[in-house]
Amino acid sequence: MTIEKKVTLWIDGVKVTVPEKTTILQAADSININVPSLCYHPDLSVIGACRVCVVEVDGQRNPVASCSYPVAEGMKVKTSSPLLRRLRRDVVELILDNHPQDCQACVRNGTCELQKLAYDLGVRERLFEGERKRFPVDTSSPVHRNPEKCILCGRCVRVCDEVQGVHNLSVQHRGFNNVVAPAHDCKMIDSVCIHCGQCVNVCPTAAFTEQDATESVFEALSNPDLHVVVHTAPAIRATIGEGFGFRPGTPVTGKLVTALRMAGFHKVFDTNFGADLTIIEESTEFLSRVQKKERLPLITSCSPGWVNFMERFYPELIPLTSTCKSPMSMLSTLLKTYYAQQMGVDPEKIFVVAVMPCTAKKFEAKRPEHMAPWGKPYTDAVLTTRELVWMLKCLGVDFHNLEDGAFDSPLGVSSGAADIFGATGGVMEAALRTAYEKITGKELESLEFETVRGVEGVKETSIQIDGLTINIGVANGLQNAKNLLDRVASGEKQYHIIEIMACPGGCVAGGGQPYPPRGMHVLDPELGRLRAKALYSIDGSKSLRKSHENPAIELLYENFLGAPNSHLCHELLHTHYEPKTPRGVK
Amino acid sequence: MSNPMEQLLERREKAEKRLRREKFNAKVRITVGSATCENAAGAPDVFKKVEELIKRHGLKDVTLSRVGCTGRCDMEPVVTVFSQRTTPVKYIAMTPDKVEKVFDSHILKAIPLKDLAMPNEGTQNTDFSEERLWGDARLTDRFSSVFNDVHFFGKQMRMTLRNCGVIDPEDMDEYIMVRGYQAAVKVLTDMTPNDVVNTVTKSGLRGRGGGGFPTGVKWNFALAQKNEEKYIVCNADEGDPGAFMDRSTIEGDPHTVIEGMIIGGYAIGARQGYVYIRAEYPLAIKRLEIAIAAARQAGFLGTGIFGTNWDFDIEIRLGAGAFVCGEETALIRSIEGERGMPRPRPPYPAASGLWGKPTVINNVETFANIPVVILDGPEWFSSIGTAKSKGTKVFALAGKVCNTGLVEVPMGTTLRDVVYGVGGGIRDGKKFKAVQTGGPAGGCLPESYLDTPVDYESLTAAGSMMGSGGMIVIDEDSCMVDVARFFLDFTQDESCGKCTPCREGTKRMLEILQRITSGRGVEGDIDKLLRLGDTIKRTSLCGLGQASPNPVISTIKHFREEYEAHIREKRCPAGVCAGLLTFSIISEKCIGCGACKRKCPVPCITGKPKEVHEIDQARCIKCGQCFEACKFDAVKRS
Repeated sequence: MTIEKKVTLWIDGVKVTVPEKTTILQAADSININVPSLCYHPDLSVIGACRVCVVEVDGQRNPVASCSYPVAEGMKVKTSSPLLRRLRRDVVELILDNHPQDCQACVRNGTCELQKLAYDLGVRERLFEGERKRFPVDTSSPVHRNPEKCILCGRCVRVCDEVQGVHNLSVQHRGFNNVVAPAHDCKMIDSVCIHCGQCVNVCPTAAFTEQDATESVFEALSNPDLHVVVHTAPAIRATIGEGFGFRPGTPVTGKLVTALRMAGFHKVFDTNFGADLTIIEESTEFLSRVQKKERLPLITSCSPGWVNFMERFYPELIPLTSTCKSPMSMLSTLLKTYYAQQMGVDPEKIFVVAVMPCTAKKFEAKRPEHMAPWGKPYTDAVLTTRELVWMLKCLGVDFHNLEDGAFDSPLGVSSGAADIFGATGGVMEAALRTAYEKITGKELESLEFETVRGVEGVKETSIQIDGLTINIGVANGLQNAKNLLDRVASGEKQYHIIEIMACPGGCVAGGGQPYPPRGMHVLDPELGRLRAKALYSIDGSKSLRKSHENPAIELLYENFLGAPNSHLCHELLHTHYEPKTPRGVK
Repeated sequence: MSNPMEQLLERREKAEKRLRREKFNAKVRITVGSATCENAAGAPDVFKKVEELIKRHGLKDVTLSRVGCTGRCDMEPVVTVFSQRTTPVKYIAMTPDKVEKVFDSHILKAIPLKDLAMPNEGTQNTDFSEERLWGDARLTDRFSSVFNDVHFFGKQMRMTLRNCGVIDPEDMDEYIMVRGYQAAVKVLTDMTPNDVVNTVTKSGLRGRGGGGFPTGVKWNFALAQKNEEKYIVCNADEGDPGAFMDRSTIEGDPHTVIEGMIIGGYAIGARQGYVYIRAEYPLAIKRLEIAIAAARQAGFLGTGIFGTNWDFDIEIRLGAGAFVCGEETALIRSIEGERGMPRPRPPYPAASGLWGKPTVINNVETFANIPVVILDGPEWFSSIGTAKSKGTKVFALAGKVCNTGLVEVPMGTTLRDVVYGVGGGIRDGKKFKAVQTGGPAGGCLPESYLDTPVDYESLTAAGSMMGSGGMIVIDEDSCMVDVARFFLDFTQDESCGKCTPCREGTKRMLEILQRITSGRGVEGDIDKLLRLGDTIKRTSLCGLGQASPNPVISTIKHFREEYEAHIREKRCPAGVCAGLLTFSIISEKCIGCGACKRKCPVPCITGKPKEVHEIDQARCIKCGQCFEACKFDAVKRS
């Protein structure tokens, strides 16, 4: 066993002992000295590009970038001095000088890291203004790319490479003409982008943003001919509070429902209902494959980022992937079929809005597979959590002081198993609760499958169901998924069922979630943990905790769908996939 | 079986036999300089002509071969005639016509043509003998034995360029004749890696790429790394504007670089070497490829080289022409197939380089010095130079100096000796204004600094730097603001864009300089340049950015009044900045010939024939055509 070597140094006169290979920035952070930084992200590789985090080290001719500079025994570091203040200020001004001066009109106004840094470091005048780069905005896909606002910190490139394994973005051209773009500067929609939105999350400015759907929703709400219904994804209730100043991990389901009613939605449903339905359909599909000894593992299909990834990079896995639509698409489809029928409303007059933690859902909603027979999508508009926060602010909703409301029936009734869909491992746990009881006919003693919980990138476990050993794999973050799938492909691992969520931590850390509050950062495992905890607490507090016990679901099958995986189910609730090779690749 | 050194010496004997038979023992031996520069100046036609004449006259005892470039840029192509009856004569600026003349007189009648030869300014060559050229003499002595009678060369000391212009770079036997690969064999058979590192450390050799880091220390660091896989890389991504030291070295003497790398590889424990060379150097690449192939064929590269149990091979990697790829971490990325952008150090490449393995990167010139250090000894090597800078340094001497070209001088030679001694002073009797060293990373030094010795510390202390060896002499006709703008334009264009200060800062500095040179400079611009320059210097990620403000800072330091004239008086003292020029017609001198009017492209000159003409200042684009066209000095440029 190697003993971790420790190093003692002085930062601003404070003695600190840290493990060898710690960086100065990390060491300073450990004693609550916050060195300002920009390109640095604790969960991505270090590139030392922005030069904001410079500090003075005794014996070094020039200041060093604290994010990349390792500590050394006896090192004396200064994190603040008139020189450093000037250098940092100048560096940030240089970034600002090549940035549109439209903070007030920017979607990141108030959440922009550059704006905050410019204020904190005292950029009060522009000394070096000059030519500014000009690029068109790429609005071709749900993830908008605006290189004019890009400050070339490279976080998006790194998250796309390191966390998602997509490698869609890279820095192109040289020097002042640098631009972050997909290969050959092609449009995002023509690229291998999977629309997961992690680039949007890590971007300190508004260089990556989601496609705006708020205008179409506002328009629909004011159209007297339309019946506008909304449903909200499991993860939203755990995160939307952050947009209004609640601590991360505060569940606000009731307030969310009330706010949506105030916004003017005619009915407020719960995507959770779709989640419960997904469990019934998917577990039936799984059990049928197991019984018929068909190809395994079954891979979940709830995450649209994962589906895009699979079609682009693992088309050979199409036969293994569950044909179930996602909870959003299942529920949206039912709203324009079952619900329309029940209410006696013309389905073409129903406008379905889905509030999702996700940018890829915007892409999913527009897929041809999810179009109604009359040529319109089942889901008319997808709002990210961030967009809904803004809409409610725009409407002046006093979110904090709202009374709790309840979802409308019948498509608002859901089990706790549906709530946990928003956390990595949640779909698996929900499926196991149902599969176990279906196979054994016995009631589960403990509903908590702890081994699939937690924010680790890959989780593996085996459970015994009636003498049958079920091997389970759970991955979140697509680089983790890649690692897991490659082990399956090589034959090293055999699973019966695999859950994959595109975003690291699952939907709670989706590409459409609120920018984290100060002191926390995107990809922060602690943030994921807090948000997931909220969902598990909702689940724990419910008496209805298994999808197959949801009475509304039972009713739905009885009155409309027939049996799980029935012909009508396949028609309405299942989909298919196609290999999607990027343009130019044969 | 004989030992590796005996084998090499046997090979040398064979080589000598072959060369004597084919080349050396001829009555007349003719060499034609054929580096890229010589080829551009017409060397291929000259070579063909010589070949044709030999054939035409049926001369069996006249041989012809190619050699590298001697660095006499303004006199190329150079043809050297070794005749048994005369000392070597260097003919300059040869053309096929001149070759005929030389042939008729010198080759056929043994009468050298003094007026076509390189002027020697009265110096006499006393050193030359075939024995001295091909025997066991000190490596640096061969070049001087051939060229010492020329003032330009006599003032130099050729160590890196010792074989350039002397041997045929495409014939490995000639390299072997000049004791080639003896250093490598000596190292492999007689020395431990530690011995080699100590020898190099003792020699005081420092990196010639610009940084001046002690080579032995770098090697020692890599040697100390416990890793089975290590790499040694030769940086031949020469990118400074006007610099061609490395190209010339490889084109003239590729085997010396290979030998240096073999020794370095053995010293640090690397079995694989890479030469990273820019794709714009096709001839250097070709000669290197020929050399590597020959070395492999001879068992000097590959497995069990020279009959020892040491494996070493070299591969060539081409750079796509990004200046920043000369920075070692960017170079590593580029070899790995990634976008060539620098990364923060530490870790240094010697600890974690190519593919994360310990890697030593040395410049071409550094490697070329290694065989000298080994064969002639670290004591001798360190006897040349100054206390901290040992050996010699090659410079690409350019600009307004009489003799432009590649020069190699001992460290410690003063700038004055280089400019006035080797360089022959300023052209056309103009006044010296500044000397720019260190390429785009360096600075401009005025006359008061001419006695600065050329060594790492002195140049840095003076506000410039050694750099990889660019040296541009500037005369009174140049505008120092414009010179600074030129260099910044280069670095700004070559910035990779990774770090903020270099990407954004150099752009802003360039904008301010453009403002000043076009007459839109405002009070405070100099302070802004200095402030930005300081920020960029202190915060940039790599050497390119850190050094990019140097030309601006040094010209402000030494020529501030020129900046002030541009800003306050809207005047360019040297008359270079077009935006600040005015052209007017002196009525007393104008005879109304209309020459200016005819040349004016706008046109903005009016006037009837034989009457005084006038320039419309509002429309004048300051192209200067009228100034050139007037035969009566009636156009005033101010």
